[in-house]
Amino acid sequence: MTPAPTREPVFVARDLRKTYEMGEVTVEALRGVDFDLYAGEFVVLLGPSGSGKSTLLNILGGLDVPTSGSVIYKDHNLTTAGESALTQYRRDHVGFVFQFYNLIPSLTARENVALVTELSTGSMTPEAALALVGLGRRLDHFPAQLSGGEQQRVAIARAIAKRPDVLLCDEPTGALDITTGAVVLDAITRVNQELGTSTVVITHNAAIAGIADRVVRLSDGRVVAVESNAHKLRVEELQW
Amino acid sequence: MVRMPRVVGILDRKLLRDLWEMKGQALAIAVVVAAGVTMFVTYLSNFSSLQQTRAEYYDTARFADVFTSLKRAPNSVRARLEALPGVERVMTRVVADVTLDVPGMDEPATGRLISLPDRGRPALNDLFLRRGRWVDPARPDEVLASEMFCEAHGFGPGDRVAALINGRRRWLTIVGIALSPEYVFAVRPGDVFPDKRRFGIFWMNGTALASAFDMEGGFNDVSIALGRGASSADVIAGVDRILEPYGGLGAVPQTQQPSGWTLENELSQLQTFGFITPLIFLSVAAFILNVALTRALSLQRSQIASLKALGFANGAIAWHYIKWGLVIAAAGALGGIAAGAWLGAGMIGLYNEYFRFPVLYYRMSTDVAVVSLFGALAVAALGAWSAVRRAVRIPPAEAMRPESPVRYRRSVLEGTLRLPMASRIVLRNLERQPVRTLVSVIGIAFAVAVLVVGLSFIDVMERLIQQQFVLAMRQDATISFAQPRSARVAFDVRHIPGTLDVEPTRSVPVRLRAGARSRTLAITGVAERPTLTRIVDRSGRVISPPPDGLALSEKLGELLQVVPGDAVQVSVLEGRRPVLDVPVRLLVDDSIGLQAYMQQDALHRLLGEGDTVTGAAVTVDPEALGRFYGSMKAMPAVAGVALRELTIRNFRDTTAETMNLQIFFNVLFAGIIAFGVVYNAARVSLSERSHELASLRVLGFTRAEISLILLGELAVLTTAALVPGAVIGYGLGQFIMSSFSNELYRLSFVASPSTIAWAFLVVIGAAALSGFVVRRRLDRLDLVAVLKRRE
Repeated sequence: MTPAPTREPVFVARDLRKTYEMGEVTVEALRGVDFDLYAGEFVVLLGPSGSGKSTLLNILGGLDVPTSGSVIYKDHNLTTAGESALTQYRRDHVGFVFQFYNLIPSLTARENVALVTELSTGSMTPEAALALVGLGRRLDHFPAQLSGGEQQRVAIARAIAKRPDVLLCDEPTGALDITTGAVVLDAITRVNQELGTSTVVITHNAAIAGIADRVVRLSDGRVVAVESNAHKLRVEELQW
Repeated sequence: MVRMPRVVGILDRKLLRDLWEMKGQALAIAVVVAAGVTMFVTYLSNFSSLQQTRAEYYDTARFADVFTSLKRAPNSVRARLEALPGVERVMTRVVADVTLDVPGMDEPATGRLISLPDRGRPALNDLFLRRGRWVDPARPDEVLASEMFCEAHGFGPGDRVAALINGRRRWLTIVGIALSPEYVFAVRPGDVFPDKRRFGIFWMNGTALASAFDMEGGFNDVSIALGRGASSADVIAGVDRILEPYGGLGAVPQTQQPSGWTLENELSQLQTFGFITPLIFLSVAAFILNVALTRALSLQRSQIASLKALGFANGAIAWHYIKWGLVIAAAGALGGIAAGAWLGAGMIGLYNEYFRFPVLYYRMSTDVAVVSLFGALAVAALGAWSAVRRAVRIPPAEAMRPESPVRYRRSVLEGTLRLPMASRIVLRNLERQPVRTLVSVIGIAFAVAVLVVGLSFIDVMERLIQQQFVLAMRQDATISFAQPRSARVAFDVRHIPGTLDVEPTRSVPVRLRAGARSRTLAITGVAERPTLTRIVDRSGRVISPPPDGLALSEKLGELLQVVPGDAVQVSVLEGRRPVLDVPVRLLVDDSIGLQAYMQQDALHRLLGEGDTVTGAAVTVDPEALGRFYGSMKAMPAVAGVALRELTIRNFRDTTAETMNLQIFFNVLFAGIIAFGVVYNAARVSLSERSHELASLRVLGFTRAEISLILLGELAVLTTAALVPGAVIGYGLGQFIMSSFSNELYRLSFVASPSTIAWAFLVVIGAAALSGFVVRRRLDRLDLVAVLKRRE
C-alpha cells in the first residue's frame, strides 16, 4: 500500500550556507548542505539541537533564504525569489507543522483550518481535514480547550487541508508525550500515504527514524549521513 | 494575485476575539479617542451652529452693511447718502446714551435710546419682538427694551425705568421685549465685557426721542445696506465725505460694527480653539494607540509568523492589525460624536449668556461628524501603521523563534545602592529597554501635559482679570461724560462725597490711516505718570506713555502695518476735525481690544485745545459708595459710570462662568486621557511580564512581592514623567495661546504652581487606580496557564 517513491525530485538544494548575526556572535547554521527530496517521499531529518535542521526546513519552506547556495523547488528557484513570490509559494505548495502548534488562540479548530482552506482553491473542507487527523468531533473547540496532541493534530489538519505538495514538520512531537506523539506521527504518515504528500519531519529522536523512507543526519550544519530504510516501520512498531 | 474572498471573515473573527480579550486596554484607548472627538464635535458644531444662526439672523433682520454716527445732520442729507453709488437703502435714526435709574439698583446704569420709525418696522436692523407689543406712536413714553437687560432685572411689559434725559428725569414704560442684530453682543461703550444689568437698549418713538434731544428734523446715526457687488470701502469714503460737516464719526463696515466685530472674533476664537485643543488630544490618542499596539503585536509575534507560514501576504497581515486600530478608533469616534452632539446641544445655550439671537439653533453638522470620524480613523491608522510595519517586516523564520532575550546588565544605580531584589528587577527592566521606557514615560508625560493645558485656562483667565482690573484699571469707578468738558468738571467730581482721588481722562474719536489700511477707534489720553488708568502689557509691565506720538496695541500696529517711527494719519472725528500726521512711538503687546494711547498733554496739543476731559477715573471710599452712586445718577454731565467691582463680578458671572464650563470639560477629558494612558501602560507591562512574574510566584515569591515589581515599575515611570509632562504642557499651552491672537483677545499662557500640582496629583491618582486594577489581576494570575504558554 506504500506508493513507491518515484525518482522525480521535488527539491534540489546544493551547497546551502546560512549564517546568522546574533548580536556579537556569528552563527553558521548551515555550512554547505546538499539535499534532495523526491515526490511522495517521507524523509526524517535527524540531528542534535543546533545541527541546522530547522534552518534547512525553513529554507525549503520559503520562510527563510540561504546566505549562499541554491534551492530549486520543481521549477521555482527559491534562492532568488522575493518576499511576495515566497508568500505565494508557501500558500500554493507548502504545509507547515511546528513543535509549538502555532494555532491562532482566538480561533476554533475549524476556523484555524478554514484560515487556509479559504486561502486556496481545490482544498478539502476543514471538517474533512480534521476528520483525517481524527478530530472530526472537536471542530468548535478553541486551542485552549484542546490537549497538546489535539492541538498538534489541528495544526496538521491546517497544514494539509489545502493538499500541499510538501509537508514540513519541525519537531511535531517535541512537546508531546509518547502516546500522543504516536497519534500525531500516525496522522502525518497517513497524510503522506493517502495524499501522497512529500513529507519532511525534523526530530532529534532517532527512534522515529524507522517510519521514514530515508533518514538524513545533520550535525554542525553539515549532512553527515543519508540512509534509506529498506523496510519502513509502522508507527505502532516504533520502540520509543 | 491575492485571492481571499471569504478569509477576511475568519481573520475578522480573530480580530474581534483578540479585541475582546484586550477589552480593558481597547476601551482605554477608545475612550481617549472619544474624548478628543467629543471636544472636536462639541466645539466645532457649536461654532457652525452659531455661524449659521448668525448668517440667518443677519439676513432675516436685514442687518446693515455700513454704520456710522455723527453729531447731527438735517434729514435732507439722507437723500445725498441714498444717491451714493452702491447704496441700496439708508436708515437714519436718533441714538442717545443716558443714565438710568433702575428701581432696586443703587448704582447707575447706562441706557441707549434708539429711535423707531413713526410708522412700520425699521427698514434695516429690524427688531425681533420676543414678548409684549410694538410701541404706540401716540404714547411717547412707551419703549421696547433689550432682552438681556430685562432678564437681568426681571422686567416685563408694564415695568418702568427712569432715564435722565437732558437733565430731566423721565419714566419709560416697557411694552415689549426686543432683540436686535446690532446688539447680539451688547457691550457698553468703553467696556470690554457685556454687562447685562447695567446696559440696556431701548427703542422708542422717533419723534418723542428727537424732541427730547433737540434732534427734530435731523439724525445722528446712519445704517446703510449695500447693493450687490458694491464696495464698502467706496461707500464708506462717500459717507464720510458727506457727513464730515455734520460731525461724522467715521463709517465702519459690518465687520467693525461693535457687536459684529466681537461676534466675528469670538467665533474665530471658538473655531481655532475647537480645532487645536482636540487635535492635541487626538495626537495623544494616536501615540498611545501606537504604544499599545506595538506591545500587543510583540505578544502576537508567533501568530504573525504562523500566518506568514500559512501563506498570508505581509499586506494582508498588516491590514489585519491596522484594523485593530481602526475598530478601536471607530468605536471611540462614534461614541465621541454621540457625546459631542449631546454635549454641544447642551452647551450652545451657554452662548445665550452673551450672544443674543432670536433662536439659537443647535445643528449637529454632518461635516464635523464626518471629518472627526475620518480624522480619528486616519490618526489611528497612522498610530497603528508604524507599529504594524515593524512587526510584519520580521522574516517569518525569525518571528517563529521567541524574541531572543535582551541582554541585561547591572543597572547604574545598583553600583551605589544595595537594593532589594524587586527593585533590582524593576531597574534592570527599565534600563535594558531604554526606548520602551522612554516611550512609556512620554505617554504618561502627555497625560500630565494635557492636564496642565486644561487647567491652565483658569490661570490664563485669572491673569487676564489681574492685568485688566488690578494693574491697568486701578480706579474704583470710571466716569464718562456725555460731551467733552472743561477740566473744571474734575473738580466737581472731586467734591462728590466719598471721592478720594480723581484722574481726568481724555478720549477722542479718530480714524487712523496708514496707506490703504484704516481703523476707526478712540485715542485715549493718559496722564504723564498715570496712577489710575495705566497701560499694561501682557507680561504685566506698566508702560509709560511716550511724551509725544502714539502708543498702539501691537495688534493694531499689525493691522495698520506700522512700526515705531512710522507716521499714521489721524483724522479727528470731533470738534474742528483736524487731519494730522502723528508718529507711532511704541507698540504695546497688550491683551484686550485695539488700543491707541497718547500722553494727555500731547493729545491736547494735537487737538489744539486746553484742558478738555471726557471722563474721569475715580477712587471711592467704600463707606460712601451709596452716596457716590446717588450723586452720579443726578449729574447731568455724566453719560455712564463703570464700577470696577461690578465689572469684575459681572465678568466672573458671565464670561468666566462660560469659560469655566469649557475648562471643566477640558480638565475632564484630560483626566480621562491621563487615566487611559496610565492604565494602558500598566496593562501592557502586565501582559509582558506575566510569564516572568508567574515564574517568580512559582519560586515562592508572594503576591505582594511580585506586585511590587510591576507597580514599582509603574511608579518609577509615573514619577519620571511628571516634570517632562509639565514642560510639554507648557509648550502645548504656549502653542494654543499663540493661536488665540485676534483683535479682541491676546492671551498669554501661564500655569500656576497649583495647576502643575493638580496635574501631577490627577496623574498620580490615575496611576494609583490603574495600579489597583492591575494588582487585582495579578492576584488572579493563573500560574499554570501562564507557564504552559510558550514564551
